[in-house]
Amino acid sequence: MAGKKYEAGVREYREAYWEPSYTPKDSDVLAVFKIVPQPGVPREEAAAAVAAESSTATWTTVWTDLLTDLHYYKGRAYAIEDVPGDDESFYAFIAYPMGLFEEGSVVNMFTSLVGNVFGFKAVRSLRLEDVRMPLWFVATNPGPPHGIYVERDKLNKYGRPLLGCTIKPKLGLSAKNYGRAVYECLRGGLDFTKDDENVNSQPFMRWRDRFLFCQEAIDKAEEETGEYKGHYLNVTAPTMEDVYERAEFAKEIGSKIIMSDFLTIGWAGHTSLSKWCRKNGLLLHVHRAMHGVIDRNPKHGINFRVLTKILRLMGGDHLHSGTVVGKLEGDREATIGWIGMMRDRYTKEDRSKGIFFDQDWGQMPGLFPVASGGIHVWHMPALVSIFGDDAVLQFGGGTLGHPWGNAAGACANRVALEACVQARNEGRDLEREGKEILTKAAQSSPELKIAMETWKEIKFEFETVDKLDVSHK
Amino acid sequence: MTELQDYRSRLGDAASKRFETFSYLPQMTGEEIRRQVQYIVDAGWNPAVEHCEPENAMKHYWYMWKLPMFGEGDVDQILAECEACHEANPRHLVKLIGYDNDRQTQGTAMLIYRPSA
Repeated sequence: MAGKKYEAGVREYREAYWEPSYTPKDSDVLAVFKIVPQPGVPREEAAAAVAAESSTATWTTVWTDLLTDLHYYKGRAYAIEDVPGDDESFYAFIAYPMGLFEEGSVVNMFTSLVGNVFGFKAVRSLRLEDVRMPLWFVATNPGPPHGIYVERDKLNKYGRPLLGCTIKPKLGLSAKNYGRAVYECLRGGLDFTKDDENVNSQPFMRWRDRFLFCQEAIDKAEEETGEYKGHYLNVTAPTMEDVYERAEFAKEIGSKIIMSDFLTIGWAGHTSLSKWCRKNGLLLHVHRAMHGVIDRNPKHGINFRVLTKILRLMGGDHLHSGTVVGKLEGDREATIGWIGMMRDRYTKEDRSKGIFFDQDWGQMPGLFPVASGGIHVWHMPALVSIFGDDAVLQFGGGTLGHPWGNAAGACANRVALEACVQARNEGRDLEREGKEILTKAAQSSPELKIAMETWKEIKFEFETVDKLDVSHK
Repeated sequence: MTELQDYRSRLGDAASKRFETFSYLPQMTGEEIRRQVQYIVDAGWNPAVEHCEPENAMKHYWYMWKLPMFGEGDVDQILAECEACHEANPRHLVKLIGYDNDRQTQGTAMLIYRPSA
């Protein structure tokens, strides 16, 4: 049979890239984009254009197209749906064949999926809402260095969420004073303290000094309380040579956990560090600076649920998820959706949580979601109810701002946490009975009583900017 | 504003030692402990009793009291094993674990007998 003839020129994308009769294969990578097309561009054409530009196509036909089997390699737009409550946008579902992507490379996959297409003129705005990673891709990525249950075993902590605190002020403390703040938090009953994301190695506190003072604080607090503790030593640094130097030193002095900022450090750098952590037995806490730039606009960018999946594949033992109840942005149902993506072995399609695809994680371990930002003891019942046991709850100001200091603040949080877990295990409704539960616990804890009086009136009630589409109606 | 208070916790002071989940709450009453045991049973976890000298509590491996009580759903039976362990080892800490074999971890663990004062 004769092959195709070469015809130069520009064709409509939908001739080749819109295939409503296509049934996606288990091995395909599936993506759903929210598209606002330019005026006058039909939905099918815009969807096909996105499929084309995120896979094989360039703007014109070229003769070398005929040297390969483009029919195999192309991405296909296979479905279009209305966006509830939004007339200008629509969802386009696109399937990509497995041969398009390098095994184990999130970097490669997303260079295609969110590459040039995001600056493409035929669409006014574009947002990647969800991606279904086929099992072959999941299994070729490293995943969390340890995962939730190994971390619990290492730290001997079961049946409750873990408690942490970010040391404040974020910037400007000397290393010795900083270590003091760490020690006070840990002896008061916290499991972890944390470097803030922008604490790296500034002139006021070089990294080596901070690491040593923090480790002394941990060692003494462990001996004093008899419980295992850690401080997330932030090894985020300007070059990978610096990152590894800091990580090696953390290991040398006996630190259990280090920390990386997976967006600013870069995905290849982060994945290398994640593999280093498994090899060297250190837990990896992951912060998400810059995510708001990428995920907050409801019509353009990448939804955080996709960033969550990316991070689980590259590897991390903790990832910030939003708190639902604190000072930072986060729709409740959407947050519950991506918490599941961090922890579960299988997440099912659930549009009420913004989840578009079933996702099989195979045997890849889950990681701890971290709720951090503007939370205090009064939020504890809601946090335990929303997050369950497999989460790290981090109270920064809510620990350090206690009128009697960090140790008392830490103790107040620990008492509140354990009272909520006890009540939940007894079958009580935490969100309805939270006040009674905390009030009773405060009778035997003066630290909690004062904390409750201090933060009684603080609320963070602003409208969420990035709401789920189902709630726009 | 109440007066500032010192946080009482000292190296080498047995009273400063904690033992993970629920150890920042006052000793539970018998009825409260029953409800926590019921929680383990309702979760479908396998109860197990372990004990240890207080000074070795930070070691991961405590002494097992017999074997985990696989499939045991009777709260009285579980509490009776905790008590038998305590009577045989009156100076020891006694801990109840709920093994979750689906997730291959301890679903929970709590101290039933704290260090004697």
